[in-house]
Amino acid sequence: MADLRDIWAYLSASPLLHLTLTLAAFLIGTLIYKKSGSNPLANPVFLAVAILVALLLLTRTSYQDYFDGAQFVHFLLGPATVALAVPLYRQFERIRRSAVAIAVSLITGSLTAILSALAIGYLLDGSRDALASLAAKSVTAPVAMGIAERLGGLPSLTAVLVIVTGIFGAMVGPLVLTLIGIRDPAARGLGLGTASHGIGTARAFQETEIAGAFSGLAMGLNALATAILLPLIWRLAT
Amino acid sequence: MLAYLTLIFSCQLAGELITHFLGLPVPGPVVGMVLLFAFLALRGSVPADLARVADTLLAHLSLLFVPAGVGVMLHFRLIASEALPIGAALVVSTVLTIAVTATIMAWFGRRGDTEKG
Repeated sequence: MADLRDIWAYLSASPLLHLTLTLAAFLIGTLIYKKSGSNPLANPVFLAVAILVALLLLTRTSYQDYFDGAQFVHFLLGPATVALAVPLYRQFERIRRSAVAIAVSLITGSLTAILSALAIGYLLDGSRDALASLAAKSVTAPVAMGIAERLGGLPSLTAVLVIVTGIFGAMVGPLVLTLIGIRDPAARGLGLGTASHGIGTARAFQETEIAGAFSGLAMGLNALATAILLPLIWRLAT
Repeated sequence: MLAYLTLIFSCQLAGELITHFLGLPVPGPVVGMVLLFAFLALRGSVPADLARVADTLLAHLSLLFVPAGVGVMLHFRLIASEALPIGAALVVSTVLTIAVTATIMAWFGRRGDTEKG
């Protein structure tokens, strides 16, 4: 028994364990997703996060210890964001042709995300901290954290709400779009990317490359739009 | 392959430096994306090896959000204490944003088609 504990102590001190667990949990999540016939509700990110949180709580591992290993996966988010330039370039002719449509849809979408979150949170007696952290929930995490900090919200809570929003949008977004009869891949991508940033974009790429490229574009533009609009709205509202 | 991986990292590095020194409100990687896009626009085509690197990275984009997502375990208590306002705002606002954005975009798309046809 002591030997087993030694092995555990050795393994849990190395980044390899949590790196491997992250990949394994995601593989299991992907397997369940495929077995479900690619049902958006069986979202692989959601499943992987649920498996890992359960595992960490069971083994009493702190998030910090987990992140020491998982940071190698997390780090690749930056290069992956840069790589979005490739599908964006491939679809550029299409994007250029609908520049006005994109600008109008995106700004309306950005305002909808900010105002509806603030209004609902306010009407249901949400605290100021919660409202400031909720307002930027549709924006990619690093930008959302910066904006929330300026409004007096909690950056780490914001990061979590951003991820939950992304997962939720990727899970129900495709169903919502199909229910309201939207089949145009550009419109589907723009909706997913504006509301649920990178996780929505990952989901959009599974539909078509057009949807993925428009979603990636919407993610970048909404980060910019919210960074400009939200501080102004916040000043008017408080 | 390695050359284009280096190019992607260099774009990100340049993006981080630019946002830091100009105090831009967007993150470094988004500026890096603009830089890589400018490179492609100047070159006029996507090199096959760069396409391979980019497509590999993007094929696993969902995986990259898992470590940050696990951070939800740090905030269980705070989220539970305000479960109603946070939950309702998040759910309704996300669905509304997706529907509004896509509906306007699809409306423009249909109008464009009828103008052409």
